[in-house]
Formats: sequence, structure tokens, C-alpha cells
Amino acid sequence: MDTLLDMRGLRLEAGPKSDPTVILHGLDLQLKRGEVVGLVGESGAGKSSAGLAAMGVVRDGVRFAGGSVTFDGTELTSQSPRRLRKLLGRRMAYVAQSAAASFNPAHRVIDQVTEAPVLHGVMSRPEAEEDAIRLFRQMQLPDADRIGMRYPHQMSGGQLQRAMTGMAMACRPDLIVFDEPTTALDVTTQIEVLGAMRDIVERYDAAAIYITHDLAVVSQMADRIMVMRHGQEVETQPTRDMLATPREDYTRSLWSVRSLNRPARVEPRPALLECRDLSAGYGDVKVLHDVSVELPRGRTTTVVGESGSGKSTLAKVIAGLMPPMSGQVLWQGDPLPADYRARGRDLLHDVQMIYQMADTALNPRHTVRETLARPARFCRGLTGKALQSRVRDLMELIELSPDKFLDRRIPELSGGQKQRIGIARALAAEPRFVICDEVTSALDQLVAGGILRLLMRLQDELDLTYMFITHDLATVRAIADQVVIMQKGRVVEQGPRDRIFDAPQQDYTRRLLEAVPQMDPDWLSRVRAAS
Amino acid sequence: MKTLKTAPPTAWFGMIVVALTMLTAIFAPLIAPHAETEIVGMQFLPWSAEHPLGTDNLGRDMLSRMIYGARNTVGLALLTTAMAFAAGSMLGMFAALRGGWVDQVLSRIIDVIMAVPPLILALMMLAIVGPSIPNMVAVIAFIYVAPVYRLARAAAMNVVRLDFIEAARLRGEGTFWLMRREVLPNISSTLIAEFGLRFCFVFLFIAALSFLGIGIQPPTADWGSMVKDNATLITFGDITPLIPAGAIALLTVAINFIVDWMLHRASGLKT
Repeated sequence: MDTLLDMRGLRLEAGPKSDPTVILHGLDLQLKRGEVVGLVGESGAGKSSAGLAAMGVVRDGVRFAGGSVTFDGTELTSQSPRRLRKLLGRRMAYVAQSAAASFNPAHRVIDQVTEAPVLHGVMSRPEAEEDAIRLFRQMQLPDADRIGMRYPHQMSGGQLQRAMTGMAMACRPDLIVFDEPTTALDVTTQIEVLGAMRDIVERYDAAAIYITHDLAVVSQMADRIMVMRHGQEVETQPTRDMLATPREDYTRSLWSVRSLNRPARVEPRPALLECRDLSAGYGDVKVLHDVSVELPRGRTTTVVGESGSGKSTLAKVIAGLMPPMSGQVLWQGDPLPADYRARGRDLLHDVQMIYQMADTALNPRHTVRETLARPARFCRGLTGKALQSRVRDLMELIELSPDKFLDRRIPELSGGQKQRIGIARALAAEPRFVICDEVTSALDQLVAGGILRLLMRLQDELDLTYMFITHDLATVRAIADQVVIMQKGRVVEQGPRDRIFDAPQQDYTRRLLEAVPQMDPDWLSRVRAAS
Repeated sequence: MKTLKTAPPTAWFGMIVVALTMLTAIFAPLIAPHAETEIVGMQFLPWSAEHPLGTDNLGRDMLSRMIYGARNTVGLALLTTAMAFAAGSMLGMFAALRGGWVDQVLSRIIDVIMAVPPLILALMMLAIVGPSIPNMVAVIAFIYVAPVYRLARAAAMNVVRLDFIEAARLRGEGTFWLMRREVLPNISSTLIAEFGLRFCFVFLFIAALSFLGIGIQPPTADWGSMVKDNATLITFGDITPLIPAGAIALLTVAINFIVDWMLHRASGLKT
């Protein structure tokens, strides 16, 4: 078969010409018709830039600085914007990470899906509409005949992501670039979207580039996987070989994150915190229904659920930020005041939170030293030398060099470093109970693995009790002692981790566990065949 | 210093004009050839070597009064704006942090102040308390608390939602500390830019009140009343009354250039 896309020695640069920041260092990538290649790497590896460059597009401020991109015999790097626009959308299409942000909320979905074929003169409007409905059906959207008449906000995230894939297919492009299309979706939704995407790429014999940091996902989609780091190729192999025998150390380190596993500790310990029949909500809408959970001292209790399951609300009620409608929270057997303002200082300092988005969890105007010194002084009354040495100890605890980082401002840190500072700030109050709200969700796997190991080490050293909120079952499998599964504000099932994973009692738990992608290229086919 | 180097020429122009005005105001007694209220000659003398800008309606030296006027007009405007900002931003941040009924009560009071046109409100209040400089400063500061409050509250609202505020609250930090250490640093660039803008408004407001005769009282020199006192000269084709007016315009434009540059930087648009 002939080569559809031929990228040779592609170099992308940004910034001043005299001192450029190199984004891609001579990347080679060939793609045949009907082939799907997966680009894998941590954030900042240049995956998205490579995906866009395959369509001859660069982000603002970035330029082609060498090499070539040939698409079906046409050189793209030197193409005029006008000629390029003729190809874009028609012969090449792009599916972005957040479909919700990529649709214009002011127009009906079908108007947006049919826009490209009508604009490019491929089809007339009625033909395009008919075709769009056919595509919606192939993407397994419910009520395909009429769903296009809805506005984007009337559809769920998974439906929008499928509609967007349908939109990308509208002109039957030869090349589709998927940029993390399922990262924002829940696992049970992800599985449907992945299946639909794979079918449609196969059906129309298109070539695709699939960008992700999730190895299990890419192994379902791609024929070949390219691992990237720092704008360079680390290695490329067919999917099965890559999973079985990665050649490079870096690839192996990416793989090994998934193998993080701490044996669950099952010997019973008394509960540090207990929720009894908690119900809570906003206005008349109840978000939590009679939730009863026990969190044993010195253990990690993970609360798992899809978005909207009420797991973050539960954290809010425990932290005292949201008063429950009924039920109570017990701290070492005594009822905890419902409002944090009514709790004593000591009690406040015993319960600390670590947040999902380190960007908003840390004051960007403070230095690392200010961020850590305040809670140490405020909560523990440290001053002068004792304070400074405590701050340094905290930095050692989170494995960041005090001399290097203490006087940096928060925006100068990377995502992983910020999250570590967030952990250190919580520890500065010397808490006994820490609520971790999706602390690794915004990080890529390598960094997330480091954060999880750190949290586990800290737990062993400081005898901390964790309430770990996540939607990622791989994380649960790695670190949990106890698991609480939530759905629609109710606890579906709870118990020791191994029992939940090995012998789930409830249908929902089973479905959730099955939906977690595995590092096996046949997994998706198997699961879909089974259901 | 690094940021100064990136300033566009308009901002430089603004900074130079403001600096010159400040220097003039501070060193007025040293620069001015005559005293502020000293009658040095006939009324409405034309421009000459002895009186570079002539004399005014009572025979006082125009140039000297311009120089002293800088001190009075700009100094009072600065004081008034600073008072309005101190009160307005504190109240705004307080309302944003507390929320609930505190926010409601404060915001409705501010709405009432905003509902009355500022000039009419000022005239009314000055009629009640009597025109004097301290009263005028207090009245204008009070009126300008309203827009500053609204801005500070809106800006603080965006910050208050963020997790670091929640983290600090859960630590048991007091409202005052949250305002000063967590919120203020994050809204300061917006406030500083607004300060420049409000300073112009206040400055013009004082000039306007003086022109109406209830602002800065004679014989104190200020640019607004100098326009009024010498307005008759316009009918004789003399441009002298336009000079204090021009000074007001120049300073306003200069400050706006600086503010534009600061807003540009605060919005993250780097050129």
C-alpha cells in the first residue's frame, strides 16, 4: 500500500529565531491508508504538536524549521493558508480532547456537523444532513434521527465526543488526528466512544493518529505505537511487540507505572472518622443519600465513582464546607460540628485537604516558602529558626530540594512539583486525616506514579489516614486498603480492596471494573463481544 | 526595572508628565516666582517677561498659581482616591469573602450610592456639611467608594472561589488575613490600574466642583477654579484660561497612558 502521510525530519521551533525553543527535533512518521498509529508520551513530549503538524498546522508562535510533511503527494509545510484550508476538514480532520469546548454552544449540533461538507462543496445541505444522521447511527448515538437538533449543552460529554468524531468523518477524510479524545470521559462512557471510533475508522479505511498518555487506551486503537519524549521519538513498534517487549528504558518506565501495587492491609483497625446516614444537597436537589462510610485509622480508603456520583460532595461535608441535611460525621466516635467554623483549631488542623488542580490550590502570588511557612506558623506556632527548619524538613519530606525551590514562586513550578507543594502544605498542619480529591487526575502517568508513591511513604512514616477520591480504578488498585464505590449519591458497595476487585457483589461494580482498559490489544473486542 | 524597559513610548510620556507634575507640586515654593495669593500687579496683565503667563482677575501671578495649583489639585485628588480605594477595596474583599447577608447588605447600600448621579450627590452632600476642603475630600471619597467596591468585589469573587482560599479557611485563618495575604495580592494589578483611572475622575471631579464654586475655596489656587476665575478672558481672544484646563487635560491623558499600559500587562497581553 502507498504511504498517505510522510513526515521526515520534522523540526518545530518557537520563540526568537536566535535562541529558539525546539519543540520537535526531527521527527519521522509514515502512515499508510487504513493504519492507526498511536503517539504516547508524558505532557510536554510534543505529541499534540506532532499531531497538528501532520495536518500542516502549527500553534501560534510555532514555526516549521526543517524537514517535510507530505500528505498524499502534497507538501504541507510550505502550503499557503488558503490551499491548506481546502485540505483541512475535507481530507484531514481533527478530534479534540474536549468536545464540549469544541462545539459552538449557540448552534445546533447538526448545523455544525454538516458545515464542513457543505462548505467544501462535497454535498448539498440535505445530503449532508442525511449523511450526518447515518454517521450518528454508526457512532451509536441514541435517537440518531433527531439528536442533531439538540444544542451541545443538551448532550452528554460522551455523546458530544461521538458527535465530534462523526463530524470529523463528515467529508470522509483520509487522515484523522485524535488528540486525547477520551481523557475527559468516565470509564463506562470511554469504552463506548472507543468502540465507535474504531469501527468508523475501519469502515472508511481512514488513516489515523491517536494521541494519548494512556497506554491501555492506545493499545486498543493503534496498529503501531510511537513513544515520544522531549520532542523526539523514543521508539516505534507494532502494538503487540511494544506491549510485550519494550526496548527502551523510558518505555519500560512508562509501563511500570501501572504496575504500582501496594498490598492491601486488611487487619482491622478502629475508625478514625465515620459517616452515619449522611444526606446532603444543593437547594432541593439531594446529592448524597444516606451515605454511611467508615475510614479506619492509618489506612487508605478510596472513594470511587463517575462524575456526578457525589464523591466530592461527601468530601465537602466531611471537611465542614457543606452542612448535611441529615446524618452526622463522627471523629473518633464523637460527633463533628457540621460547620468548619464551629470546629476547634486542633480539629481543623487534624483534617487537611489536597486538591485536584494544584494551579488553583496554591496562591500564585506566594513563594514556596510563604506557602509552607504560614500553616506551620499558624497551626503549630513555630517561629524563627524552628519555623525555617520545619519548612526545610517539609521540603525534604516531599523530595524537593529546599535550596533550589524555597524561594521560587508557584507559577515557576511544574504540575508535579506544584502537587508536591500542595501535599507539603497539608502536612505542615500536622494532620491525622487527609482528604485527597483526585490528586493525580490532572497529571500524566509518570508524575502521578511519583505522587502516589510519595503519599504511600508519607502514610507509613506519619500514620496518616487518607480518604482518596478518584475516578481512576488503576489508582484504586494501586493504593487502596478499603474501597467505597459510589453511584448517583449512594454507596453501592464497600469493603476491602481485594474483595471488591476479586469478588464484586453488585452489577454496577462489575460494570465499572470491566470498563477499565487493560494493556491487552484484544481487550476492547473481548469486552464488546461479551456485552 | 525590567518591566519599565518594556514600556511603550506612550507610557513613558505618561510617566514623565506625572513625574514632572509631582516634582512641581512638591517643590512649589522653590519654583514659583511669587507666593500663591500675593497680588503682584494689575488685573489681567498680558504675558510678559515678568509674568510669563500674565496675571489673573485679582492681579495674582498666573504661573505661580499654576504651580501651587498642581500641589492643591493633584495632592487632594491623590488623598481622596487613596481614601476611596482603602475603604472600597477592603469592603469589596470583605463582602466577597463573607458572602451571604453581609454581601447583600453592603452591595445594596453601594447600589443606592451608585443610583444617584455623582455630581448631584456631591452637591447635595456638600450643601449639607458645608464646603470646606476636608468635607469635600470626605464626600468625594465616599462617592467613589462605590465603584471601587464593585470592582474589588467582582475581582475578589473570582479569587475566593479558588481552592487555596478554601485551604486557608479550613486551616482556620481569619477574614482579615485572607483579605490581606490571599486575595489582595491576586487582585492588586486590577486595583492599581483602576487607581490610575479613578485618580483622573476624582481629579476632574474636584476641578469641576471648584469650577462650580463649592470645591477648593478661594484664595487657594487650583486649576479648576482658575479656569472659572479667568473665563472672561476667552471673550477677548486670550488663551490664558485654557492653560489650567490644558494642564488638567494633559495630566489626565498622561495617567491614562500609564493605566492602559498597566491594564495591558495585567491582562497578560505582552507586546
